[in-house]
Amino acid sequence: MYRYDEFDQSFVLERVAEFRDQVARRLSGELTEDQFKPLRLMNGVYLQLHAYMLRIAIPYGVLSSRQMRKLAHIAREYDKGYGHFTTRQNLQFNWVELARIPDLLAELAEVEMHALQTSGNCIRNVTADHFAGAAADEIVDPRPYAEILRQWSAIHPEFTYLPRKFKIAVTGAPHDRAAVQVHDIGLHAVRGPGGKTGFAVYVGGGQGRTPLIAHKVRDYLPEEDLLAYCEAILRVYNLEGRRDNKYKARIKILVHEKGKAEIAAAIEAEFAQLKGKTLNLPEADVQAISAYFAPPSLEQLAATSAALETAKAANKALERFVRHNVTAHRNAGYGVVTVSLKPIGEPPGDATAAQMEVVADVAERFSHSEIRVSHEQNLVLPHVKLDEIPALFAELAKHNLATPNAGLVTDIIACPGLDYCALANARSIPVAQRLSERFADIARQEEIGDLKIKISGCINACGHHHVGHIGLLGVDQKGKELYQITLGGSADEHTSIGEIIGPGFPTDKVVDAVEAVIDVYLGLRKGPEENFLDAYRRVGAEPFKAALYADA
Amino acid sequence: MSKAAKPFRPVAITANDLRSGIVVFRTETGDWVKDATRAEIALDPAKAETLLAAAKLDHDRNIVVEPVAVAFDPESRLPVLLRERIRAQGPTVAIPGSV
Repeated sequence: MYRYDEFDQSFVLERVAEFRDQVARRLSGELTEDQFKPLRLMNGVYLQLHAYMLRIAIPYGVLSSRQMRKLAHIAREYDKGYGHFTTRQNLQFNWVELARIPDLLAELAEVEMHALQTSGNCIRNVTADHFAGAAADEIVDPRPYAEILRQWSAIHPEFTYLPRKFKIAVTGAPHDRAAVQVHDIGLHAVRGPGGKTGFAVYVGGGQGRTPLIAHKVRDYLPEEDLLAYCEAILRVYNLEGRRDNKYKARIKILVHEKGKAEIAAAIEAEFAQLKGKTLNLPEADVQAISAYFAPPSLEQLAATSAALETAKAANKALERFVRHNVTAHRNAGYGVVTVSLKPIGEPPGDATAAQMEVVADVAERFSHSEIRVSHEQNLVLPHVKLDEIPALFAELAKHNLATPNAGLVTDIIACPGLDYCALANARSIPVAQRLSERFADIARQEEIGDLKIKISGCINACGHHHVGHIGLLGVDQKGKELYQITLGGSADEHTSIGEIIGPGFPTDKVVDAVEAVIDVYLGLRKGPEENFLDAYRRVGAEPFKAALYADA
Repeated sequence: MSKAAKPFRPVAITANDLRSGIVVFRTETGDWVKDATRAEIALDPAKAETLLAAAKLDHDRNIVVEPVAVAFDPESRLPVLLRERIRAQGPTVAIPGSV
């Protein structure tokens, strides 16, 4: 696990002290709201629909048991006993009092956490594959690179006032679990000449009101050029990105308006000035930071576990859990376990303080105290012995944390929507809950197979609806909630933006509409091996439109 | 041709408490309370303007932030729009761990 060095620790503590002073001056009236707002946003504090909301950074989704316990404590002492894990691998508390936030941040700093880079027009908290350092298909652990980018980007003086926010994602496996092609910069690790690590570089992706897939500007960027190249991209964006219109200020619009060739040339020209100078990334530095992420000492074990196989044979629920929520680990005899935060009928991504403590405890017992947060709003225990999965499953099941639905139709992503968010136009959580209840039958979920439903309560697309196999976008139509359906989106290495299928559906019809889409799929697929996305890509929108709008 | 002015709808004044951030409504006595049904309702534009001006003074005095007038139903004594009803009454989904 990465540990703060002395610089990080003193920097975070100084920021807490600085913010404590700013809050005191706001409460005394010395600072007006207009003066204070940009300061609070630089510390992750929003004023949301009901109260102040604090967004806590979980850099590249990595947490320890100690940190998770602290989050549970904060949920209980400073909030209403729960938190919301987001599609940016962060955690949001919805009900914090402004006057107590400095104390809260001081408690976070005790466990090397903070709320920096979670808001404002800066380089945001870097995200990464949630199976990093554990997945069998990984060619390189993306976390050291994400951490290097964090160190480079944190309070980078040149990039603190960008035209808009800027998001970077890194993945180290051929199968992209970090959605890199819908980020401002996506870094996809590849092996280059001589087997050396480098990155395919994508620029100008994003969701929101203008969903665009990033352009690949480099097939292979050598590791040592990572920072110089990212700095070149940021420089081009900072200088040329639009500042006249908030909605056109992201780099994706710049790339779209200027064209890939012109932007790539501008980046390369800037890079030529920077290459091989102070931003060069020496292999020794990469190795030093990688050492912080050294895997825990894992045992040499047989590839299969007799204990687990026996337990599975006697326990169908365990067998299902393993089939859906356990992914291949790079070490024989271990598994990567997804702890679903999508129990049937519950708000996606929410965890109570008690559940956080359970996860902290089981991570300590079974996963070397390591936890990951996924952008799909689940938690992950990256290093679990197959032998110990039955005991882990039994413990998780006691606390409604063993729903065997990872990757299935009820593993729904949903933004907080109009129940919590000041920007939302429609509710997301109740729709997710009703869909979850409609498809609660696990046998039916297995029959449907891999299917990603993603719900956003407004066009800002925090619920990633554009890249859902089935996406739902909530809009406000004359005071009524209406849900537009998109089909065929995907955020993996074959990224696609979903197509709007037709007029939207009112809230009391939208679950039926999704069910109709799924029934059409089940009727036309070649077999269970053809998943929803493949079937949609084969047949297109027409059969679905015909079923949804038969009466139109 | 200019658009006809929208007919006036009754409004009440809402804001967030500066210190805690919670949603509050302005009462006849000028207090800020959590209970929306205690909000003073303006039944004409002049009254709405007066109430909002008073609320803005409370903003300037660092008592509340972002005061606004929202359409209010005098019968139910609740906001008209779903968004504002959710602000007044809380999320429409259960708070995790509360049941």
